[in-house]
Amino acid sequence: MPDTNGVVNAAGRKVPLEIDGRRYRPYAGAFAEPPKEDKRRVGPRLGTILHPGDECMVPTLREAIERIELKDGMTVSFHHHFREGDKVLNMVMAEIAAMGFRNMTIAPSSLYSVHEPLIDHIKNGVVTCIEGGSARGKVGRAVSRGLMDRPMVIRSHGGRVRAIERGDLHIDAAFIGAPCADTIGNCNGVKGPSACGPLSYALADAIYSEKTVAVTDYMEETPVIPISISQEFVGTIVRVDNIGDPSKIVSNTLRLTRDTVNLNIAKNAVRVIEASEVFRNGIRFQTGAGGISLAVTKFLGERMKKRGIVGSFGMGGTTESMVKLLEEGIIHKILTVQAFDQYAIQSLLKDVNHIEIGAGFYANPHNRGTAVNLLDVVILGATEIDIHFNVNVNTHSDGILQYPTGGHSDTAAGAKLTVITTPLIRGRIPVVVDDVVVVSTPGESVDVLVTDYGISVNPRRQDLIEQLKAARVPLKTIEELRNLAYSITGRPKKPEFTDKIVALIEYRDGTLIDVLREVTPGR
Amino acid sequence: MARLRRSRIYLPGNRPRMIQKGPLLGADAVILDLEDSVSPEQKDAARFLVTNAIKSLNFGETEVMVRINPLSTCGLEDLAAVLPAGPDAIVVPKSENREGVQTVEKAILQSNLSKRVAILPLIESAKGILNAYEIAGASTLVEAITFGGEDFTQDIGATRTREGREIFLGRSMLVIAAKAAGVQALDTVFSDFNDEEGLRNDTLAIKQMGFDGRAAIHPSQIEIIHDIYTPTDAEIRHAVNVIRASEIARGKGSGVAVVNGKMIDKPIIERAEKIIRIAERLDLPIPEPEE
Repeated sequence: MPDTNGVVNAAGRKVPLEIDGRRYRPYAGAFAEPPKEDKRRVGPRLGTILHPGDECMVPTLREAIERIELKDGMTVSFHHHFREGDKVLNMVMAEIAAMGFRNMTIAPSSLYSVHEPLIDHIKNGVVTCIEGGSARGKVGRAVSRGLMDRPMVIRSHGGRVRAIERGDLHIDAAFIGAPCADTIGNCNGVKGPSACGPLSYALADAIYSEKTVAVTDYMEETPVIPISISQEFVGTIVRVDNIGDPSKIVSNTLRLTRDTVNLNIAKNAVRVIEASEVFRNGIRFQTGAGGISLAVTKFLGERMKKRGIVGSFGMGGTTESMVKLLEEGIIHKILTVQAFDQYAIQSLLKDVNHIEIGAGFYANPHNRGTAVNLLDVVILGATEIDIHFNVNVNTHSDGILQYPTGGHSDTAAGAKLTVITTPLIRGRIPVVVDDVVVVSTPGESVDVLVTDYGISVNPRRQDLIEQLKAARVPLKTIEELRNLAYSITGRPKKPEFTDKIVALIEYRDGTLIDVLREVTPGR
Repeated sequence: MARLRRSRIYLPGNRPRMIQKGPLLGADAVILDLEDSVSPEQKDAARFLVTNAIKSLNFGETEVMVRINPLSTCGLEDLAAVLPAGPDAIVVPKSENREGVQTVEKAILQSNLSKRVAILPLIESAKGILNAYEIAGASTLVEAITFGGEDFTQDIGATRTREGREIFLGRSMLVIAAKAAGVQALDTVFSDFNDEEGLRNDTLAIKQMGFDGRAAIHPSQIEIIHDIYTPTDAEIRHAVNVIRASEIARGKGSGVAVVNGKMIDKPIIERAEKIIRIAERLDLPIPEPEE
């Protein structure tokens, strides 16, 4: 039985100190838990080395699994750069199941709807634990309904790398979908039929896992260039027919929304940025690829151009609209952890000022220089936000696990100005509420909420309130926004949960910020 | 001064999500539609929804108009349902004569509302255009007459074009009738909401013809319409100078003043005053006159 006793943490959530054999410290504040000084990064055992003339290539996935000596109860990892087009996770897990392995832990950097076959692997005892990003679609629904005995562990991008480097997440075998590879193990994601852009989320897996297998469908002469994941870390390569569905990996073009309300939210977000002190030469920002975010990128670029502001770098999930800013000289550089469209991938290939960075470089809070700390502005979304500015991105109001944390809590903590953009109401459900279902990102790292019904600044940021007032940006309190939402929708009923904990929401520093419980059956 | 009616956005009366967003679209008015955008089997549901939306949503500065069905169909039932909720205006489609307006006026007056409800006849037939002056003057509640380009085109057997030659005379007659009766002239929608350039050109043209605003069929059109109907900084500055020069001239007992080397007379001054009134209404910055 999981231990459901616990303490109330600094985000006001009751969390256990020990659960499923893991010991946790409660979340104590965004930067309250630095790493212990005597703690070292972990590393894989030496042992697998190649002599001159040795081969890395094996003809089949089964031989790859045999070669790395996979055993029951081990942890295998995957990356999510192929999004809904991923074929690697299902292919590898089907082989693992066929070979009779049981009690495996999987550590994907995120899961998508396409990974629905996992449900059967869980039911059949092949998989008993999931550590990583989050689960969408039917897998998320099944986890929320108590499919697994052991709780799933949800980590941010930075938190996942931190957990790997510290040994909290020990990976026995990393299976890396590699759109382009060579015979000695160098890989990149920018070439080949399944090109996805960078291989950022797989980098820590390759370096720190005991065994690393590259799964590819396209090979070039050794060494492939560029090298995203190097031959130093990859011991086994297998070529299969097809690792991804290109149409579901990236979009051809992400169209700017025509939804006036969302466009107004984006304009108001840009108005907030422009009125704040961070709007100056050298600005560094992350926007993202959602409907509102794409519009923010465009409008921010227009305002920068008009006001003669030149930015230092744009970061994050990269889109054509961000690349256009680079091409027009409105920003100097782009740091990319994932590419959302073909245009971004092509730019990564040809533009030296557009570079791929690993997830650790991007967001690991416990390395010596994390990029999120350089951000002036980040634009983020929310499924729910409460009157303490705590943000939920993992579930909707129904308590069903639906989205990953991604870089949300990482960038929110790092950026000088964290802006949450969201409609006040989705369908008939209020987004601004008294209390979120789970806290993904603590309110102390959130500065501004921009909705279609008004803008609210976290009272912790009196300086920002002064700046926005001086620029005549109309402000409301978050309580006013909540009241407005409830006046339209009514006060929503809370979802009902059992005592069973189905997911642990780790903060990026490894403390426990919240837990998600099983949704009461029949609801 | 009459209400500012640069833009009016049509929202189907049976679409709660769109109606709920109505106050956020930035239009001067929303038209909660019970007529063409609602199919016959949805009429009663739309009537119920629109009535309750007016009662429960806060539309703020946005004027709330309801387009009822023609009086020849279920327009009177619509009126009976929505009037108690207190809309700001009733749009009366297929208006062709004085009697229709007066029927609506009677219903409004009998509803004993504490607020004034304006009547906006929608003129969309050849007969309606020929009777436009009579319609505009049929009731003191008529604050504007509006043009329906699609139905009008069909009624006269013309083909709708991007340039709108086929509706030019109809539009022009409507503007003249409105101004003769002392009410606003409001124009029809620009149907192709993907054609931003077309909308911009057409709106520029109708502004020059004397229309006080136009309808929008898609929220993305509102900003473009406002762009054209909102005075620019230069126009406001010029208007301030015109008014100042006319005051100085009047002080000297002269009826004629000169601004930037051009003679200004009464119509120019009245236009300047209108620009300033709009600027004040929109809270736009109004500079001091230049000496």
